Amino acid sequence: MIPVSFDYVEATSVEHALALFAEHDDSKFLAGGHSLVPMMKLRLVSSSVLIDIGRITELSYIEDRGDHIAVGALTRHREVEGSSLLAEHLGLLAHVAGQVGDPQVRNRGTLGGSLVHGDPAADLPSAALALGASMVITGAGGTRVVPAAEFFVNFLETAVGDGELLTEIRFPKRTGDGWAYQKFNRRAMDYAIVAVAVQLGQNPGIALVNMGSTPHFASAASAALAAGSPASAVADVVVEGTEAWNDANATREYREHLARVLTIRALAQTGYTS
Amino acid sequence: MSLIGARVLRKEDPNLITGRGQFVDDITPAGTVVMAFVMSTEPHSRIVNIHSADALALPGVLAVWTAADIAELSTLGLPGLGRPLLATDVVRFVGEPVAVVVAETKYIAADAAQLVIVDYESMPAAPSITTALADGAPVLHSVLGGNTVFDQPFVDDLAADFAAAPHTASLHLVNNRCAAVPIEPNACLADWGPSGLTLWATFQAPHHLRNTVAAYFGIPQDTTRVITPDVGGGFGAKINFVPEYFLACALSRKLARPVKYTQTRSECQVLMYHGRAQEQDVDVAYDDDARLLALRVRVTQDQGAYPDPTGMGLPVLTTAMAAGCYKIPKVAISWRNVVTNTTPVAAYRGAGRPEASYLIERIVDLVADQSGIDPVEVRRRNFIPTDEFPYATHSPLAVYDSGNFAGAMTELLTLFDYDALKAEQARRRNTRDEKLIGIGFSSWLEIAAFGPPGSLEGFGHLGSWESVQIRVQPDGSAIIYTGASPHGQGTVTTFAQIAAGELGIPFDKISVRHGDTATVPQGIGTMGSRATAVGGEGVRTASVRVVERAKVIAAHILEADPADIVLEGDGFAVNGTPSHSVPWSEVAWKSFRPLEIPTDSEPGSLDITVFQQVPNFSFPSGAYCCTVEIDRGTGEIEITGMYLVDDCGTVINPLLAEGQVHGGVAQGIAQALYEGISYDENGLPQNSTLMDYLIPAATELPSYTDGRVNTPTPNNGLGAKGIGESGSVGAPPAVVNAVVDALSHLGVQHLDMPITPLAVWNVLEEAK
Amino acid sequence: MSTVSVSVTVNGELRTHEVEPRVLLVHYLRDVLRLTGTHVGCDTSNCGACTVILDGAAVKSCTVLAVQARGGEITTIEGLAAPGEPFSAVQQGFHQEHGLQCGFCTPGMIMACTALLGENPDPTEHEIRHALEGNLCRCTGYQMIVNSVRWAAEHPDGIVPESSDAASSAPSTQGAGS
Repeated sequence: MIPVSFDYVEATSVEHALALFAEHDDSKFLAGGHSLVPMMKLRLVSSSVLIDIGRITELSYIEDRGDHIAVGALTRHREVEGSSLLAEHLGLLAHVAGQVGDPQVRNRGTLGGSLVHGDPAADLPSAALALGASMVITGAGGTRVVPAAEFFVNFLETAVGDGELLTEIRFPKRTGDGWAYQKFNRRAMDYAIVAVAVQLGQNPGIALVNMGSTPHFASAASAALAAGSPASAVADVVVEGTEAWNDANATREYREHLARVLTIRALAQTGYTS
Repeated sequence: MSLIGARVLRKEDPNLITGRGQFVDDITPAGTVVMAFVMSTEPHSRIVNIHSADALALPGVLAVWTAADIAELSTLGLPGLGRPLLATDVVRFVGEPVAVVVAETKYIAADAAQLVIVDYESMPAAPSITTALADGAPVLHSVLGGNTVFDQPFVDDLAADFAAAPHTASLHLVNNRCAAVPIEPNACLADWGPSGLTLWATFQAPHHLRNTVAAYFGIPQDTTRVITPDVGGGFGAKINFVPEYFLACALSRKLARPVKYTQTRSECQVLMYHGRAQEQDVDVAYDDDARLLALRVRVTQDQGAYPDPTGMGLPVLTTAMAAGCYKIPKVAISWRNVVTNTTPVAAYRGAGRPEASYLIERIVDLVADQSGIDPVEVRRRNFIPTDEFPYATHSPLAVYDSGNFAGAMTELLTLFDYDALKAEQARRRNTRDEKLIGIGFSSWLEIAAFGPPGSLEGFGHLGSWESVQIRVQPDGSAIIYTGASPHGQGTVTTFAQIAAGELGIPFDKISVRHGDTATVPQGIGTMGSRATAVGGEGVRTASVRVVERAKVIAAHILEADPADIVLEGDGFAVNGTPSHSVPWSEVAWKSFRPLEIPTDSEPGSLDITVFQQVPNFSFPSGAYCCTVEIDRGTGEIEITGMYLVDDCGTVINPLLAEGQVHGGVAQGIAQALYEGISYDENGLPQNSTLMDYLIPAATELPSYTDGRVNTPTPNNGLGAKGIGESGSVGAPPAVVNAVVDALSHLGVQHLDMPITPLAVWNVLEEAK
Repeated sequence: MSTVSVSVTVNGELRTHEVEPRVLLVHYLRDVLRLTGTHVGCDTSNCGACTVILDGAAVKSCTVLAVQARGGEITTIEGLAAPGEPFSAVQQGFHQEHGLQCGFCTPGMIMACTALLGENPDPTEHEIRHALEGNLCRCTGYQMIVNSVRWAAEHPDGIVPESSDAASSAPSTQGAGS
């Protein structure tokens, strides 16, 4: 319930944040805190210094950039959920942001914080994967752009390295294309047991939640979708490459079944026909 | 004017909705320090060494105690099997306190607790009934030889009756271990000063705690004060004695500082007593018409690591109530209590009776399934007829006072269209993927109003009465002090309602005080659905006596015969001449003025204390129906209807009665579909936070449809039976029966709780 | 042990304290400001008993560091109705419809409902239930909480109609009651 003691510094800009990180050993960035603070309270995570980037207002925005929309990493879930710009061009992203946790969590949690946490059970990584987002990562050496498909490296580990910050997420516009998010859990507040994000259109994508140690892009199923295969054929290959685990809520077999069922339902919801 | 039956709004609310409630953790006397536990991370291990130097060296730490520091403090629970305040030599469950630290703040206490390192030598663990009873099982308490604490064999196992019966049905049932999860975890604050000991605790029975703490430390009761301020839910889990109460007192005495302990939820999940945790072998014999001939029940109760007197009583209540609403010619019961390397088990809302209603209502449904007779009809054929009360069961504990089981079922069937739903169920079964429908019934019965002499003494209580003192104030208002110790039930309101009608004093001028041994005469507490049926009856009794005495004063003022005085308007009048009257305020005022009352009267006479007893338990009952839809793709279960007919006798306040039913039903649904404390094969608890112990939220629970029949109890003048536990008794079998019904065409006859989507999916897969 | 200076406006009043950076907002409110109406019911951000309104949005104050709230405006249960003023509509609704029993989850529940009605003044039952998905109550089974929010939606000024048959016993201001 009570975190281990730490020192606190506040960053006023991205550059400042990176400089503070270089200055302090054993430090971590604190954004909305809704992934980090719970783990610190249970003393599963501790750090000598927290660098608060939550007040870097320049990282909170949703901007129309022509062919894509750029979302600042510190944009809160609630702002993503309520954005009319996103509703028009990226309905999947706005909808999935509204499925995270509960209203209080969505009021504080940030898009970047959720993505960088890299939790395979979290909702938003699946939207980033299905939408083919690009992650803008800033470090001392400058900025690099990593495709979402290469972003989630390992369990709770992303392409964001030590001393780097995820600063922006770029989503290609999907105006008018069908999408769906099917989430299965036992309580609305909980992480998904399994969820499936589907985006139709020119570069269709399907991504899965909680089907292994990282958020999962279902490449075979996405390819089948691109090829116009029937929904059942898409579902048949959706769990290819997954390594779902067993826990109290689900066996691997059940998770794979759910992924197929939810894929078919998601496709039906979009009105997809082969 | 009688307010019995009125939908009166609660007197409790204004403080609680403005943040002005006072819960234990809200109270911080000057100098308060904080206590925190170092808890066992091992299910069954020898303690080799405890390293506390680093913790002691931390600035702000006042004390670190281990068992060696409190050798003079005795154990809790059963003699010979006592639970130490801090584990001595051996830990027997994950969460067992091993050491305690005291620090200036909760932040320092948390840091210090983490600095205490315990070296363990692991031993094999027995974290379940099965492993505890296996050959060669690790023994928890060597004095027992094995792990069975008590075994009551069948007197006659009815083998001949079953052999001769036309049909039989059998079930092995696991009644899942549950955590009570009051939203306020346990908390206490001890302030032991030169003038005595004050202990604030979030507890359901303050006098019981006061008496026990005083005896434990060998100090007088008059200088030992227990206060239970606002209590954030109890559900039976706050009537058991836990080490923190005694440690906080001992530490306060030693440190001469007030010592506060506030449990975190993770600690609460493994430290607060669990409930249920019972396995049942149930056999029933019946004839061609599905009339029940014989019932045989063998209960195995998991006691956790240390048997508690209440925990030991759970299977007694289960077996006493095993026959439910049914007239069964022969009933055989047997039970045993087993210790395991798990959190100790005691009362949780219903305490033994939900387990009883579950076993009988499950097996009656199995009889319906096997015989092909509708479950409603099977129940009707076996109900105890309305004219056979009082009805003596197989158990001397259970002499049913009154009931109308068939009437409740009839009322239930007016709340929804059973035939239409059955037709829709049949239609859907013939589709490929439409959701399956299930309809589950529960005609439940429970034992309440723990008040007959002897009923609570066995659990260590002083008596089974409840105290009520009514003090009329000089201005004509009244304060009621009661030993009932509510924590959400609305007793402050219902007692004022009862008193208002009897006293003729307006509801707004009656206050109810509770939860302080320094002001309430004596008391037992709130548990076992007893507050209204025993304490409420005490309010009625005391009110009648107050009015008798007030009439003497009114008669003196009105120069009339007390026998001619009646309650009238805002006071008293001479019968037949309402204009010849005196207001309550004048009677009350003069009752304190010796010159204005009869010369043979004493001032202050409008002050009455009663210790209310009742002659028998009461037996609330009801008929519930749960309807579910099952998603054939995912196994998801959705409750589509929850129809609730309750019979708690006289209803004091329908709004509050419905609230009690809804809350109990919610916990019953939770037990059936969401909750269950589990341990892995090594004895590690699997759900010690609210992330993995699934308390349902508003999104998971349905709207409820309320119905009612009223069969008053003859045991008290109010006719009220009690209602606090009804929902948790009635709901689980209704929900499970509904899910099993939805899947019955696939050959499913039973699924253990909690029935998860995974369990349903497994059934659907097997059927393919 | 380092400390940081935290200034926040709580229920309209500017408060400034030196606190450890690790101090959770809920502990700052309860232990430093002694505003004990905000409760703690879990340690995993599930129960919502600690819900307060921070800069216009409901948050779980157990999952926010006090230092993160610097410069912010906070409303707690104590700040919903000024002393001597009538209850807010949501508070009154909880009273009218028996939306509480033990009262421990109630402050957080009321704050979450207040935030909901601020965004959606006329929510359906479904919307109410989903808006409360992060608040746990162990007493009521939620039906009467839903009814309480509907009452508040239908009586936005919080005033109990004269004709209400339950009004006889309903204290309408904080001064009344038991």
